[in-house]
Amino acid sequence: MTIQTSLGRRNFLVSAAAVTGGFSLGFHVPFLDDGVANAQAVKELNAWVVVHPDDKVVIRVARSEMGQGTLTGLCQLVAEELDCDWNKVTWEYPTPGENLARNRVWKNFSTGGSRGIRESNQYVREGGAMAREMLIAAAAAQWKVPASECSVSAGVITHKDQKLTYGAVAAAAAQLEPPKEVKLKDPKDWKIAGKPLKRLDTVDKVTGKQIYGMDYTMPGMLIAAVRACPVIGGKLKSFDAAKVEKMPGVKKVVAIDGNAVVVVADTYWHAQAALAALPTEWDVGKLGEVQQDGINAMLKEGLDANEAFVGNKAGDAKGAIAGAAKKIEAVYNFPYQHHVTMEPMNATARYTADKCEVWCGTQNGEAALAAASEASGLPIAKCDVYKLLLGGGFGRRGRSDYVRQAVLVAKEMPGTPIKLIWSREEDMTHCQYHPITMAKLTGGLDAQGNLVGLQIRISGQSILASLLPQNLVNGMDPATFQGFMPTGAEATYGYDVPNLLIDHAMRNPHITAGFWRGVNVNQNAIYMECFMDELAEAAGQDPLAFRMKYLKPKWAAVLKAACDKAGYGKPLPAGHFHGIAQVMGYGSYVAGVAEVSVSPQGVLKIHKITAATNPGHVVNPAQIERQVSGSFVYGLSAALYGEITVKDGAVEQTNFDSYNVMRIDEMPQVETVLVPTHDFWGGVGEPTIAVAAPAVLNGIYKATGKRVRNLPLMNQDLKKGA
Amino acid sequence: MAVLNVNGKAVEHNAEPDTPLLWVLREQLGLTGTKYGCGISQCGACTVHVDGAATRACGVPVSAVADKKIVTVEALAANGTLNKIQAAWVALDVPQCGYCQSGMVMAATALLAANPKPTDADIDAAMTNICRCGTYQQVREAIHAAAKA
Ligand code: FES
Ligand code: FES
Repeated sequence: MTIQTSLGRRNFLVSAAAVTGGFSLGFHVPFLDDGVANAQAVKELNAWVVVHPDDKVVIRVARSEMGQGTLTGLCQLVAEELDCDWNKVTWEYPTPGENLARNRVWKNFSTGGSRGIRESNQYVREGGAMAREMLIAAAAAQWKVPASECSVSAGVITHKDQKLTYGAVAAAAAQLEPPKEVKLKDPKDWKIAGKPLKRLDTVDKVTGKQIYGMDYTMPGMLIAAVRACPVIGGKLKSFDAAKVEKMPGVKKVVAIDGNAVVVVADTYWHAQAALAALPTEWDVGKLGEVQQDGINAMLKEGLDANEAFVGNKAGDAKGAIAGAAKKIEAVYNFPYQHHVTMEPMNATARYTADKCEVWCGTQNGEAALAAASEASGLPIAKCDVYKLLLGGGFGRRGRSDYVRQAVLVAKEMPGTPIKLIWSREEDMTHCQYHPITMAKLTGGLDAQGNLVGLQIRISGQSILASLLPQNLVNGMDPATFQGFMPTGAEATYGYDVPNLLIDHAMRNPHITAGFWRGVNVNQNAIYMECFMDELAEAAGQDPLAFRMKYLKPKWAAVLKAACDKAGYGKPLPAGHFHGIAQVMGYGSYVAGVAEVSVSPQGVLKIHKITAATNPGHVVNPAQIERQVSGSFVYGLSAALYGEITVKDGAVEQTNFDSYNVMRIDEMPQVETVLVPTHDFWGGVGEPTIAVAAPAVLNGIYKATGKRVRNLPLMNQDLKKGA
Repeated sequence: MAVLNVNGKAVEHNAEPDTPLLWVLREQLGLTGTKYGCGISQCGACTVHVDGAATRACGVPVSAVADKKIVTVEALAANGTLNKIQAAWVALDVPQCGYCQSGMVMAATALLAANPKPTDADIDAAMTNICRCGTYQQVREAIHAAAKA
C-alpha cells in the first residue's frame, strides 16, 4: 500500500473538491500502482463512500489509526451496511480542513478514550447503508424495475437474471438524492463486521514502505531539532547562535515561544549535533527547586485534607466505618509515567503568507489544525493538516505542542518545508505525563465480615486542570473518578456498597499531566481492586467470593467468565498463584486473572493472564484479541518499570536506559475471553490495561505475603524475608 | 564521497564518518524503513543486517561499515516476494502501529537464518526489540509459524 503524497495532485484534488464537492481524494491507493489512474475525479456517494468504475470501494476514515485497528473496524462497519466486496475495500483520510469546509460532515476526528468505534458506529453505518440504497436505486432505474425487487450481495446487484456491479452504477448513483432514512442491519446478520478479518494496513509495515511523520519528505525540506527548557514552565534566557552557525549543514538557529531553541539544518544529524553544541541558558525560577520528595509530600498532605471534591457518595461512609466491627486502612501510590510512543514526536510544516500546511501523525486532526492556525496567525480556512499513520499515540499525540513548534519554525522560513523532530530525550522530558496520585482507602467490616462502609480519598493531579481547565466543573475534574463514577455508560463503579464516599483532593505540581492510554481507570483500578483483596482477607473470605457479594450483574459476569476460563480456585502448578481484578472503563466491562510465581530470591514471573471483556458488540474479534494482549504489555510495563521522577524541577529520565519497558522475555501468555452481551457499544483499546497491575499485585501477595502498594515493582524487594 | 554496500548495491554518500549508519540510510539514501526510536541501541527499531548479523544502526558510525554488506528491511522481499518472516507477520497480522516492526522483522529474519527452529528461550534472547503497542505474543507466534513454513 502507498500513501499518495504528491503535492501537485493533492492540491488539484482538494481544489476540485472545493468547487464541485466531495471527490475521492486519491490519498491512499493500495490497488493501483499507477496513482495517476486514481487522479480522475470520481464523485462520492456520500462523505463515507466512493465507488470507482472498477468496483474499488474507498471508505473514508476520520479517526486516526495508531495501531489500535480502528480504521479496519470502521471500514468493516461501513462495508457491512454497504454490502460491498471486502476484497475491494481501501480507505483514505479526509483532512480536518475538508471537514471544516464541509460543515463537519465527518464529525469528530479526535481519537482517544477508545472512542473510535463506539462513538461513530451509528453514523458510519448509516453512510454505508445510504450508499447501498443509492446504488440499488441506480440499478433499478437502469432496469426500470422497482428497487424493492432488487437484491445485493458483495457489491453485485441482482434482479431476476440481470446483474450489475457497484462500479457500473456508481456514477449514476452519485447523482441521486440520498434516502432520508435507512434501516441498519441487526448485528446478528453481520457478514463483514463481527468477523476476525485481517487489518487493511499490514503489508507496508513489514516491508519498510509505510510512511510515518518521521519518514515524510518533501523537495527542499529542511530538518529542525528542538530543545525546550528542561524544566517545564521555564523560559529561555539566552543562546549563542554564533557558536554553531558554521557547523556542517546548519541553516538557521532560532528561538520559539520564548522557551525553546531550534537548529534548522540539511539533515537531522547535523541539526541535532549543532543543537547539542549550542550554548543555552534557561530561566527556571522557583520551579528549579522542585524535587520529587516535595511533590510526594504535597500529595500526602491531601490524603487527610478537609476540602475535597466528592465524586461518588451513598449513605454515611464515615459513620458506618466508625461503627464497624473492624476497620481496615491502606495508602497506595501511583507515580508519573510516560507514554513512550515508539515514534518520537515530529511534524512537517510549510508556511507561506496565505497557506499553512502540516503533515503529521496526530490523534486529533482538528486540534492540530487549530494549532496550525494559531501558530501561523492565518485563518483556519487557510490551513490544513494531512494526517499520516502514527507510530503510537497512547494519548500523547492528542496534544498539538509539536505541531505548534513545527509551524513556528516554518514561519521563520516561509516557503521551506520544515520537518521538526524531537529526539527521544526531548520526547521523554517534555511529555504530558500520566498524573501522579495517591489514595487512602478505609473500609469497615461488620462482625460477619460484610463491607458496611468504604471511603476512598484520592489526592493528586488533575489532567483537566493541566490541559483543559475550561472543562473543569466548578473546579472539579470529573475524569479523576474514572472507574468510580456513580452512573453512566463510561466508567461506572461496579460495587454496591451501602455507605460510600469517594473524593478527590486536587494537588497540581508543575509537571504537565495528560491523557495516557487507560487514563485514570488505571490507578483507580489498582486502588480499588488491591484494597478489595485486603478487605477480603480481613473478612476471612476468598477474594472472588467476597467481590461477588457486592458486584453488580454485568461486572460480576465478566469477572466470573475470566475466573472460569483461568480455572480460578482449581490447583495450580506448585508455587503459582492467581490474582484477580475487574473494572468497567471506556464503556466495556473487563476482568483479569494473573497467574504468577515469585522465587525465593524475589524474581517475579507472570506466567499467564486470562482476560475477559464484554464490549457489548464485537466488530473484529481478532483485533480485540490483539488490543487485549497488547494492553497487558502497556499495563505491565507501567507496573514493572513505569516511573517518571522530578529533580530540580526537571524530569530525570531521558531514554529507554533510564525508563525501562517490558520486552518479549517478560511477556506472559495472554488468553482473551470475549463475553459480549450485544446490547451496547464499548471500547477495547484501553480498558484491560487497568486490570493488569492489580491482578498481578494480588497474585504477588498470595505468593509472598507482601502487599505492594507503591509502584513500580522494580523498586520493591520481593525476596523472602526482605 | 564515500561508498557503502547497501542492499547489494554500491551507493555513495557524503556524510561525515562519525554519522550513525541509521541517519545515512534514512537521510542520504532515502531508506526510511529503518526507524529511529532511541538512538542509543536500546529499542531495536533501527535494526539492519551487517554481514548477516542483526545490528542496531543507530550505534554504528558509517565509517565502521564501509567494507561490509548492509541489508535493510526494504530488501527482504526479493523480487516482491515476502520472506518467510514477513509472510508469517502478514498471515498472523502482527503489526499494530508498525513503527517497531521493521526492526522486529529484521531481528527475526536474522534469528531464523542462524537458528531455523528457535525455542521460546532462543526467541527471548534474540528478540530484545521494544514494541510499545505490545505485539510480543504475535511476534512469538509468527516466528514459530515461520520456522515451520
Ligand atoms: S534507534 Fe537504534 S536501537 Fe533504538
Ligand atoms: S507495533 Fe507499535 S510499537 Fe510495535
